[in-house]
Amino acid sequence: MAKLVSKINTRSQDFLDNAAHMQTQIDDLRAKLGKIKLGGGERSRDRHLSRGKLLPRDRVNALLDDGSAFLEFSQLAAYKVYEDNVPSAGIITGLGRISGQECVIVANDATVKGGTYYPLTVKKHLRAQAIAQENNLPCIYLVDSGGANLPNQDEVFPDKEHFGRIFFNQANMSANNIPQIAVVMGSCTAGGAYVPAMADESIIVKEQGTIFLAGPPLVKAATGEIVSAEDLGGADVHCRTSGVTDHYAQNDHHALEIARSAIKNLNRVKPVTINFQQVTEPKYSSEDLYGIIPKDTRQPYDVREVIARLVDGSEFDEFKALYGNTLVCGFAHIFGYPIGIVANNGVLFGESAEKGAHFIQLCAQRKIPLVFLQNITGFMVGKQYESGGIAKHGAKMVTAVATAQVPKFTILIGGSFGAGNYGMCGRAYDPRFLFMWPNARISVMGGEQAAGVMAQVTRDKKEKLGESWSEVEEQSFKQPIIENYEYQGHPYYASARLWDDGIIDPADTRQVLGLAISASLNKPIKKTKFGVFRM
Amino acid sequence: MFNKILIANRGEIACRIIKTAKKMGVLTVAVYSDADKDSLHVHIADEAIYIGPSPSRESYLLGDNVIAAAIKTGAQAIHPGYGFLSENADFCRACSAKNITFIGPPVGAIEAMGSKSAAKNIMAKANVPLVPGYHGDDQSSAILKQAADDMGYPVLLKATAGGGGKGMRQVWSEQEFAEGLAAAKREAMSSFGDDTMLVEKYLTQPRHVEIQVFCDNHKNAVYLFERDCSVQRRHQKVIEEAPAFGMNEELRAEMGESAIKSAQAIGYQGAGTVEFLLDVDGSFYFMEMNTRLQVEHPVTEMISGQDLVEWQLRVAAGEILPKTQQQLVLNGHAFEARIYAEDANNDFLPATGKLSLLQTPIESEHVRIDTGVRQGDEVSVYYDPMIAKLIVWDENRDKALKRLSKALSEYRINGVTTNIDFLYNLATSKPFIEEDIDTGFIEKNHDLIFHDNAQELLNELPIAALYLLLSIKEKALQNAQQSNDPHSPWHNTNAWRLNEAHAHSLVLAHNDTEYTVEVEQLCQSKGQGSDAHYLINIDGKQFDCQGTLTSTSSQNDGMIVNINGHRSQTTISFDDENISLYRANGVFNFTHILPDYGQLDNDDSHGGLTAPMNGTMVSVLVKAGQQVSKDQPLVIMEAMKMEHTIKAPNDGTIDEVFFQAGDMVDGGSELLSFTELTKE
Repeated sequence: MAKLVSKINTRSQDFLDNAAHMQTQIDDLRAKLGKIKLGGGERSRDRHLSRGKLLPRDRVNALLDDGSAFLEFSQLAAYKVYEDNVPSAGIITGLGRISGQECVIVANDATVKGGTYYPLTVKKHLRAQAIAQENNLPCIYLVDSGGANLPNQDEVFPDKEHFGRIFFNQANMSANNIPQIAVVMGSCTAGGAYVPAMADESIIVKEQGTIFLAGPPLVKAATGEIVSAEDLGGADVHCRTSGVTDHYAQNDHHALEIARSAIKNLNRVKPVTINFQQVTEPKYSSEDLYGIIPKDTRQPYDVREVIARLVDGSEFDEFKALYGNTLVCGFAHIFGYPIGIVANNGVLFGESAEKGAHFIQLCAQRKIPLVFLQNITGFMVGKQYESGGIAKHGAKMVTAVATAQVPKFTILIGGSFGAGNYGMCGRAYDPRFLFMWPNARISVMGGEQAAGVMAQVTRDKKEKLGESWSEVEEQSFKQPIIENYEYQGHPYYASARLWDDGIIDPADTRQVLGLAISASLNKPIKKTKFGVFRM
Repeated sequence: MFNKILIANRGEIACRIIKTAKKMGVLTVAVYSDADKDSLHVHIADEAIYIGPSPSRESYLLGDNVIAAAIKTGAQAIHPGYGFLSENADFCRACSAKNITFIGPPVGAIEAMGSKSAAKNIMAKANVPLVPGYHGDDQSSAILKQAADDMGYPVLLKATAGGGGKGMRQVWSEQEFAEGLAAAKREAMSSFGDDTMLVEKYLTQPRHVEIQVFCDNHKNAVYLFERDCSVQRRHQKVIEEAPAFGMNEELRAEMGESAIKSAQAIGYQGAGTVEFLLDVDGSFYFMEMNTRLQVEHPVTEMISGQDLVEWQLRVAAGEILPKTQQQLVLNGHAFEARIYAEDANNDFLPATGKLSLLQTPIESEHVRIDTGVRQGDEVSVYYDPMIAKLIVWDENRDKALKRLSKALSEYRINGVTTNIDFLYNLATSKPFIEEDIDTGFIEKNHDLIFHDNAQELLNELPIAALYLLLSIKEKALQNAQQSNDPHSPWHNTNAWRLNEAHAHSLVLAHNDTEYTVEVEQLCQSKGQGSDAHYLINIDGKQFDCQGTLTSTSSQNDGMIVNINGHRSQTTISFDDENISLYRANGVFNFTHILPDYGQLDNDDSHGGLTAPMNGTMVSVLVKAGQQVSKDQPLVIMEAMKMEHTIKAPNDGTIDEVFFQAGDMVDGGSELLSFTELTKE
């Protein structure tokens, strides 16, 4: 394979400035996550611990194999979305290895608003289930939740992608032999009662776990019956009498150990049918990426410098290198897995889009997973290009991306604007995973462009009415638009709303992709049937 | 020379004798009890004869059965080994009555030395120096106590018929005398059937130095230098060495001559050992003479290049001694460590069980192992719990000692608790290396040998933690190789986390103290090679660690560690969450504590008292329904010829007693049920 040769000078002032700039963004991200990972306030954490329960992150650690990685999803979910502070949307989700099997873990954090479901909690839970479903991964639910967040019930309960979908997914995954295991480690009230009830196997912790459709206060209000939570729906009731749960655990650790055994007994074999090879590390350090990504997002750079720091041995066999060169396509390996890379290297022209569509067809035909490195301002505009059919060329690429059945992975390494987002496998195109770098920005177009367009429309209107509009006035009109685009296009805003699966450190990209690709191979790669390409 | 001899013993010494006999072309006959029907000595002998049930008094101690076996097989001589019938004058006499040669001294010599008090009288007459003491026939408690009071405490009570530390008690004050005497007499009675006692002045800093002597029937006598057996616990030897450190030629000759004088005073023939107490000022006192081959004879063989069993056979067959005093040359230094099935951390309580794993160091000109067991054999309740003797030799003491600790670190036994770690700690302890040794060595250096030093432990903990992490990694690597997705990054055990440190948390315990170990794994972005660093945090201290497992087998791992820039090598054994680190300064044992999975609800065990080991019930001191107070003795058990008193853990009532005197008891079985008095 061809080796990429880096042209970066790691001693240049630009490199050092860029690196310092990226470091500031990473530090800010880590500082914010440091607080978020604590979960609820100190008092609620202390109360949780004093009951003999493990904190949710410790539960996850105990559930995982010794030393297993944990690829957590959407750590910033609900960040600054609600008036309430709801760290990680009160639910921890991610991918980890249990008894040698990659699994999706969904763990309520009872220290955050009693583990109740806000709208984004539901969205995050459903997203984790979607990942499980798309990648054929067993699900383990560590349940400790008061159910729907009542003040927000209108955005939690009634719609298609709301609370009820959780159980719909459980039933359908079970039907497809995607195991569903529930561990009841706290409350499981009302709708929540269906998580263990719908599970293939369920475990309950004595004197901690309770399952009931209506809790003691509601029972008293409804029938006057006075009953304790334990007598109403504790471990003894459900393991000995009702049969709602299958396994009786002495404490959290015991319950998690039973869950590990349940996974061990699944009899699953990972159907890896791709031609993997020995792993070699990239020739160049991934920390270099800090200095490669320009501080000024408008400044161009060669995306091959990024590829050289992601792929095995920095080896990359480029496809159509001399044609449509604003899109870089080629074959490489990550952790020994063959991949096809589609990476932006400038604005998309008709030829670039055609080349992209061709390359995606190749990968789909050969069942090679696709990695998209998005840094796109959009398709080229102007009379020449419209008449050259840029729309139909773009459509070919979008068709290919939309229908390709190989696992797709998208990393937003820079801008993600307009139709470029579609052609490069944005969220709407069902990549198995989508992550953003801290420097990435996402919006329908750039803030400057949006402000410019809106200013032009306004100026036209004013000129028609014969009004004058000074440069200063125009500037003060544009500024809030630019600021709002910057705010809403920022990864924190995006990640808080689950437009992605999380923000990652550029230096972790290889590791994240490796874990994600490996997990995706739990599902056999299907044959692709493309739609009609407009020629 | 004899055509065929019978070995009236078992275990390592029987095997040891058979080995020499074979070398000399002499046929061998073994004897065995029920418990020994598949033992090693039975397998390696040319013939073997069954002589009775497992308890030794129904088999190996029955002289008539042994003699019958010799007659049946046409053996011309009987080698008694040590213990059992080796110093039994009646047996010796019975042999000669049947015209069978007893490979040992004449009856007279056994009788003369068999009673310790009589022996001392003889030695006094022969001008051999003696420790002050009472060796009289009047055995009344008052007279014995008066003698003790007169010579001043501490004193030593010894069974005149005794040996091997049985029936022996130190008494430190007048108040303890009565209790000590009763216990010593009881033990003497059960071990030797004779509770005659002697009282001796107890020297506080003496060394135990003994001389190996040999005499033939032609009035020749030589001494084969000395052995230092000062390291003892409960008067039982632990590590022996030859020659004794700090010995000079004059003192060696003086003690040697004195030993020959002792032997000649009783008309001795064959192999014998004269034990002396050597005081710090160089004066020495006769203690006793053992009229048999000693357990520790191999150290003498190693430094003299002689086979003492061969000498015994030649002398018994009437030949002259193979060497004269002038021809005997002392060469190098040897150690013997006695590997016992016993729990050094629990007052050396004997242990029993099946040797599920027995892995020995490789034998060479430097390393010798005398043993009577194989992997899979049982260490039973019936006999001495010695598993093997590990003997090493090199040209000087320092080198030999290094060989000893290395060989001990290579000795692996599972299934039975052994004293190997204890021996390793002893052999690597500073005072032992520096020859600061007397018979009180183990008591004096207890903390050092048992590693009760917190700082020292803290330095070893990160190594144990690092080992666990590396073995998790190793195991994952093996699983990866077997999987159909071998390169998946999910096989890594670096605890990778998104946007946060990669942390491991472990709990390790030493004895009953638990330590939480927090580890941050620094993963280079370029892979997770063997150069990974681990920042290990314990008790507020941080250690920067790197390590590589060098050799890995199921029981024995090697690891190169680098801790805060200090690189070293460690041998490790890991079994059932127990980690032993064999370090230059001793062995350190840790247990990896798994999470608490809670107690099962149906575990309704109530205040029962269980047997600490396999043994026999000696006496039951309480009856069902009886009220007892805390620490009141309830039953007395005997195991390995040692008594163990089980006391009431608290005030309470005895509900039921499940055994009576004479019953065999399995370790762990409930002896009696007990209800604690509930405090109002």
